[in-house]
Amino acid sequence: MPVLDVKDLSVTFGGLKAVNQFSLDMPKGGLIGLIGPNGAGKTTVFNLLTGVYKPNSGTMELEAENGQTVSLIGSEPWKIARLGMTRTFQNIRLFKRMTVLDNVKVSIHPGVKYNPFQAMLRLPVYRREEERIDQQAMELLELLGLQDKAEEMAASLPYGEQRKLEIARALGARPKILLLDEPAAGMNPQETKELTSLIRTIRDKLDITILLIEHDMSLVMSICERLLVLDYGTLIADGSPEEIRTNPQVIKAYLGEEVGGSC
Amino acid sequence: MNKQTKSKLLHAFWVQTIFIVVVYSVLSVLIGTGIFSKYTASILTTSSIYVIVALGLNLMTGMTGQLVLGHAGFMSIGAYGTAILLKAGLPMLLSMLLSASLAGLVGLLIGIPTLRLRGDYLAIVTLGFGEIIRVVIMNLEKLTGGAAGLMNIPGLSIKTASTEINTLLTFLWVSIFMILSILAVVHLLISSHGRAILSVRDDEIASEAMGINIFYTKLYVFVFSTFLAGIAGGLFATHYRYLNPDMFNYLKSVDFLIIVVFGGMGSITGTVAASFVLTILQEQLRFMKDYRLVIYPILLIMMMIFRPQGMLGTKELRLTRVFSRKWWRKNLARLKKGGRGNASA
Amino acid sequence: METFLKLLIIGLTVGSIYALIALGYTMVYGIVKLINFAHGDFLMLGAYAGFFVLSHMGVNLGSTLLAFAVAMVLCAILGVIIEKICYKPLRKAPRLNALITAIGVSMLLENGSKTLPFIGPNPRSYPQLNDQTLYLFKVLSDGILKATGFYIAPVQLLVLVVALALMLILNYVVNYTRVGKAMRAVSFDMDAASLMGIHIDTIISITFAIGAALGAAAGILYAVSFPQINPYMGIMPGLKAFIAAVLGGIGIIPGAMIGGVVIGVVESFTKGYISSLWADGIVFAILIIILMARPGGILGKVTREKV
Repeated sequence: MPVLDVKDLSVTFGGLKAVNQFSLDMPKGGLIGLIGPNGAGKTTVFNLLTGVYKPNSGTMELEAENGQTVSLIGSEPWKIARLGMTRTFQNIRLFKRMTVLDNVKVSIHPGVKYNPFQAMLRLPVYRREEERIDQQAMELLELLGLQDKAEEMAASLPYGEQRKLEIARALGARPKILLLDEPAAGMNPQETKELTSLIRTIRDKLDITILLIEHDMSLVMSICERLLVLDYGTLIADGSPEEIRTNPQVIKAYLGEEVGGSC
Repeated sequence: MNKQTKSKLLHAFWVQTIFIVVVYSVLSVLIGTGIFSKYTASILTTSSIYVIVALGLNLMTGMTGQLVLGHAGFMSIGAYGTAILLKAGLPMLLSMLLSASLAGLVGLLIGIPTLRLRGDYLAIVTLGFGEIIRVVIMNLEKLTGGAAGLMNIPGLSIKTASTEINTLLTFLWVSIFMILSILAVVHLLISSHGRAILSVRDDEIASEAMGINIFYTKLYVFVFSTFLAGIAGGLFATHYRYLNPDMFNYLKSVDFLIIVVFGGMGSITGTVAASFVLTILQEQLRFMKDYRLVIYPILLIMMMIFRPQGMLGTKELRLTRVFSRKWWRKNLARLKKGGRGNASA
Repeated sequence: METFLKLLIIGLTVGSIYALIALGYTMVYGIVKLINFAHGDFLMLGAYAGFFVLSHMGVNLGSTLLAFAVAMVLCAILGVIIEKICYKPLRKAPRLNALITAIGVSMLLENGSKTLPFIGPNPRSYPQLNDQTLYLFKVLSDGILKATGFYIAPVQLLVLVVALALMLILNYVVNYTRVGKAMRAVSFDMDAASLMGIHIDTIISITFAIGAALGAAAGILYAVSFPQINPYMGIMPGLKAFIAAVLGGIGIIPGAMIGGVVIGVVESFTKGYISSLWADGIVFAILIIILMARPGGILGKVTREKV
């Protein structure tokens, strides 16, 4: 059973159909890429999946703990995050005035075992939970190589590390599904290579399903097991990287009319 | 928890406790013996009361970035509620807690529709509410004394003791609440819930994407802040022993806003310090008092344009740092360097 | 029936005044997304400006027109100055900062005026408009009385006509002139507008100026209707006008007009049929209800932020 089953998701903004009948079945542990020209609607799809936008039609079913499915349609973003789907952002949205470690701790917060009263009274459960949160957060920072910067302000990190921090933060929620929105944007080839193996490690080690938006084809082609191609809000192709690479519609979407043929 | 952290925490605990005990012992002597006049003690007591309101306001405005303009209104619920219940014969603590809970409840009722919205509506809604509550108080004359005010509110006093002792009693009573409020707020902010609150301030959308229920967070912070205002109101009533609706008007709400802005919207220390500084300045400097209504807004505007983070920004004063050798060494060296530089020029 | 119509007319009159102020709120909010707390104080400043003209020149048609002109121009200039000094530096800052600044400006205008010797803290009595000035409106009033048997005071007709005229002029400017088009463009998308060559600062200044001028006119209309003025007179009408703007849909110009009239009428009927104590409370309750049920206002729609 797919961990996320999306059927015919559509949303219209003021007369423009931004996403048209988007469908996707995400297998558990999959590493799927969502690509397409700029403005195709990829981030809009992410926003639909995470509840930032409410779709006008379609269904979204998430596999829940007990094997049942839960419909995500109409749910608020925070509910969807708690159900197990978190994301990173195209334009970095870190908590700038908090430390690196605290940024990660925020996503670990839901489900904390003490309430604000107990926090004010500093009861023993507070200390126990803080240790647990601290440990989990540090583990994630270590996974992403940021452990030395734990006490620094998030805003002071160099760009590439800020992107990694966003990933660490998204992982803090122990998600089943991780949505990465252009994780390699602005990175040089070296950083991109590191990121590629990092993403693979995350998927393998944490047993997570990953859907990523990316323009960097080297990254996309090397780790994605499957690609979805979006153009003007519509899914125009869905298959393995090899199939997509040679798909004429995809080529047309990126490059315009086929070069060659009758000149 | 490892040994090092444990000893650090213990050290911090003792430093803070000893500091508080020393400061308040000194103050107690000064007030109890009359060296500090009743007037001076009153200023200190009022400042302490204002700290409690300002803390709540700082939490709301500084931490969640939502402007509140009707805090004086919530304070008045606590004040009048406490006064009325005291006159009816209820014990002081119970009256205060009941009235503050009422303030919190009203905060809940106002917060639920308003905090769902993205935007600046909370400011206008609380402003409007503050005015409404004033009108209500003025019109419930039999209960509240209306515009003429409520007099002879029971205070904290022992009949056989001297005025100095009674003044001290009130001061200490208020101070206990102030210290408890500060501790409560600080503990909240250091906890996981505090991080959630701060994340809402920094980036609502990201915060929500990480599983934080933004609406619920803003709501409970708001209710807590109105509860604090209610407690402060109760203390105010028993300190002044007289209430009238004009004590809790829009200008008073702005007073609290100025304290928070001046001290630094993210800083607890700033709020505490600014509360004392501004209240004392207002009393001590005649021209401050007379022209306060013109000086304060100019101050506010200039702060927003030139130093929006206030005096302390988000910095906090950690007592353990002040009482550590490292801190003194570093700062004395800085002072010495400055001196030498001037001389050698 | 008689009472009903009477209250209705009062409501429409006061409502038109609220509408004029609400227009200022809504235009400024539409363009810089700021709730200008100080806006209500233009009512006060306009009223005082008119007061000085009328006191010095006596009351006649010419001086009344001059009063309006002086008040509107003065407040327009003041509005532009305030914007340049206090709000422009904060255009990129968090909204909270601009809000706090607006509160400061409001307090400064109110209390600063109080300290000025020629204004002073005590309420002043406003010169009444005599029959000669209101000649046209007296004729109109008599005509209506003869035709329908119903009496509308000349002053009330003055308010209605002037307010309507100003709103029509505004409507023309916003919808049929290049400046108006620029204003609409800037309120829709500031960056895109500037890329199209629109001078943003000028447009913002013009918006503030128009809003302030309307508020000033409202001030004189208010003062001739309720002839006591004091430095704090702008606060409550300002608050109600803001509620009106939200009711109609903040940022939407026709919304401010509708909202103003609705609030005025509701307030009038509440004062007449229930009690004036409850009037403020009910207006405020309207705000809460609108925010709960339809935060975009009557004419509004919810826009989504790009994530």
